[in-house]
Parts: sequence; structure tokens; C-alpha cells
Amino acid sequence: MAVFGSDFDRPLYGRGPSAGLRFTLYAILSIVLMYFDQHGHVVQRIRYALEAAAYPVQVAVSSPSLAWSWLTASFQGRELLRAENERLRERVRTLELAIMRQRALEQENAELRGLRSALPPLIHSWRLAEIIGVQTTPLRQRIVINRGARDGVTLNQAVVDGAGVLGQVARLGPWSAEVILITDPEHAIPVEVTRNRLRSIAVGGSTELLLPYLATNSDVKSGDLLVSSGLGGVFPAGLPVARVIGVRREVSQPLAQVRAQPLADLEHDREVMLLEFDPSNPAAPAPDPPIAPAPEPKPKAPKIAPPDG
Amino acid sequence: MVATTAIIALVLTLVPLPYWVAILRPAFLVLVVLYWSTMAPRSGGVLLGFAAGLAIDVFEGSLLGEHALALAFITYLAIRLHLLVRAKPLFEQSLFVFAALMVYEFVLWVIDGWSGHPLTTPTRWVHTLTGGLIWPVVAGVLGRFQASR
Repeated sequence: MAVFGSDFDRPLYGRGPSAGLRFTLYAILSIVLMYFDQHGHVVQRIRYALEAAAYPVQVAVSSPSLAWSWLTASFQGRELLRAENERLRERVRTLELAIMRQRALEQENAELRGLRSALPPLIHSWRLAEIIGVQTTPLRQRIVINRGARDGVTLNQAVVDGAGVLGQVARLGPWSAEVILITDPEHAIPVEVTRNRLRSIAVGGSTELLLPYLATNSDVKSGDLLVSSGLGGVFPAGLPVARVIGVRREVSQPLAQVRAQPLADLEHDREVMLLEFDPSNPAAPAPDPPIAPAPEPKPKAPKIAPPDG
Repeated sequence: MVATTAIIALVLTLVPLPYWVAILRPAFLVLVVLYWSTMAPRSGGVLLGFAAGLAIDVFEGSLLGEHALALAFITYLAIRLHLLVRAKPLFEQSLFVFAALMVYEFVLWVIDGWSGHPLTTPTRWVHTLTGGLIWPVVAGVLGRFQASR
């Protein structure tokens, strides 16, 4: 006999309405969650707690590849290590020479600008973070790093690797942070062509960058270097971003189709750098974007929809 | 047992893969939830689908509740139809799973559009095909789990 309230004694066919009722309740709950996730701050706090709960799993998922790289590193032969050491020494020497030259250039630049002393360095401080999660689908290009609000990471902080801009911090957890990559279709970064200071916006195209707002007759060609232009209030001026790999011009189209390859090695990075800028350097991003202030209270990167694709 | 298999499936969903392999990767957690709701509908119920969807939302950083709603919906469908589906041979089950995955992705697609993420790509539907194809394997492996408990 069925006993009221006890789940296990109910006949199988009597469960229909119960499952339907439960589904209705969960559906209402998820719709409420979705609404407040977009419009409220209560769910943001729940989310922050959930990010903390997710952190151990993310570490566990990333641990096999970390363990593998540790293993290969610790069983490397003496010869290999010597070779690597030699290579790194060589690289340090080249970089030292480049820095010597750069100090002279900075001094010269300051004199040309009529300043008494050289400007403060643009990058005030940086910290290293390890990648513990990667999400690269056509619609979402994100990584999760093992530094969060407790380590002093802030929202919209610029993230780079040794070669160029990777992205910016999009969501914070206490010990982890989600970084939206510049190749994410919902990300756009203001850039300029180094050759002629032509400014544009580079939108993510999931494996590459697209420059959808350049006129057909604009002066851009394959091999051009794109650096961040400093507009938009997130990235400073002059960080290398991408190299143009293809320009297609059609007479019937008012805009050229320009594709660019990011300089940052999104596929092979294990560690990334979080940058903090010195606001007294003129190249640092302005706290308020000078053009088109964001309507939202938190300034984010301008979100511009690229053409369907 | 249900929780163990769900966690393994979640890990399989999260393991970073190269771009083209990631497009083909079936939604393992959804398949596992579908298996338990058709073969043992009392073990998890709609709550299993809701919780698993919420976990996907947290790890993928999507709108909180998006995957939860979609997965709870097809879990509910699976529970309602479990007697019909589990009597079928594996090939026909695959077709049902394919249909369920299409419904799941459709709900996500609609929510994406409403919530201001109108960007979409045809590749988002690829996992429904691979999910249907891999269903006999998933059902076989989970059958072992179910028999051993």
C-alpha cells in the first residue's frame, strides 16, 4: 500500500505529476536565478561562493597536465638542461642589450617631450598566474587562472604572456579568476597599426582576430603589427596584440575584411602575467574611457557584435 | 554511484582539448544524467538534472540557471518516457538521445538569444550527433556500474 509522503512506496505510474511539479519548481528557480544573475547583485555573491567551491575541481582537472610537465622537467637529462641554460643565458644577454638601448631611448624621449626626467615605467607591477582551466569553443574563449580576489586581482585587469596581450579578467573568485581572451567573439580590443597609426577595433573570431570596421581603401596590409591603442580604459597604449595575416577587399563591399593572428601563444601557454599600470605614465589606460563612456557602473571592454559567422 | 559517474563525466567535460576535438566532444554529463533518468529514474530524479546543469553553469561561466533549466527539462522528459525508451534496442535509444540533445541545445540557444548573447555558430549543434553516436558505449559502461552496485 502506498503511504502518503514516503517516496519509495508510491506506485511507479503515480510519479508523473510529481516529476512534473518538481520540474516546474526547478524551472521557476532557474529562471529566477538567470534573471538575478543578469540584473542583480545577490546572485553575484552566490556565484563568488560557487567559484570557490569549483576551484578544487578545476585544480584536479588541470593536475594531470601539470604533473606531466613536472615529471618531464624533473627527469630531463643533464645535457638538455645545460643546453637550455645556455639558451637562456643567450636570451638574457640579448634582452640586456635591448634594455640598455631602451633606457637611452626613454631618456631621449623625455628630453624631446621637455620633461626633466624619464617617465615612470608603464608597468607598475606584475604577477604570475598558472592556467588551471581552458575553454576554447567557437562561442567562448576563456581561461581560468589560479589567482583571485584574495591575491589582489581586480576585474578588467590586463592579462598578457611573453609575446602579447592575452585578454582581461572577466569574473573573479576568491582564489581563481576567469579571463576572457581577445579571441572570444564577445571581446573587442581597440588597436592601432604601428606603421601608420591607423586606429580600429579588433573583435575576437574564436581562433583569430577580425577587424570589421576598416574601410576598403584604408591602408592596411598583411604583416602589419597591431598594438593596443590605449582607448577603452583597459589596456595601455603600445602593447603588442596581433599581426595582420589577410586583407580581402571587394569592390561591392564598403568595408575590408581583415584578419589578424594574435601574438600571444594561446595554445601553449602554461603561465600568464597579470599587469598593473602606473597611472602617472601617459600610456596607462585612463580610468574613464575618454570616448563613449560605458552605461554600466563597471566599465567593461566595449562589446560589439561581429558579423554572423 | 550516480554521483561518482556524474563527477567523472563532469571532469571529462572540463578536460581541455584542442579546438576541433572540443567541438566534437559529446556532452558527457548530459548523457550520464539521461542514462540514470531512463534506467533508474528514482535514483536522481529531476534534481539530478538541475544540479548537474548548475555545475555546468558554474564551470563554464554561463548564465547561472541556463544549463540547469535545459538539463532539468530533458531529465523530466526522460523520466516521463523512461518506460518507452529503455525497452528499445540501443540503436533506437540513440535516436531518442539525439532528439533529447537537440532539445537541450535548442533551449540553450533560445536562452542565449534572450539574454543578450545572440552570437551563434552551427558547430554548437555538432555534439548532439556525436552524443547520439556514443550513447551505446556510454550505456554499456554505465550498465556495468549499475550492475556492480
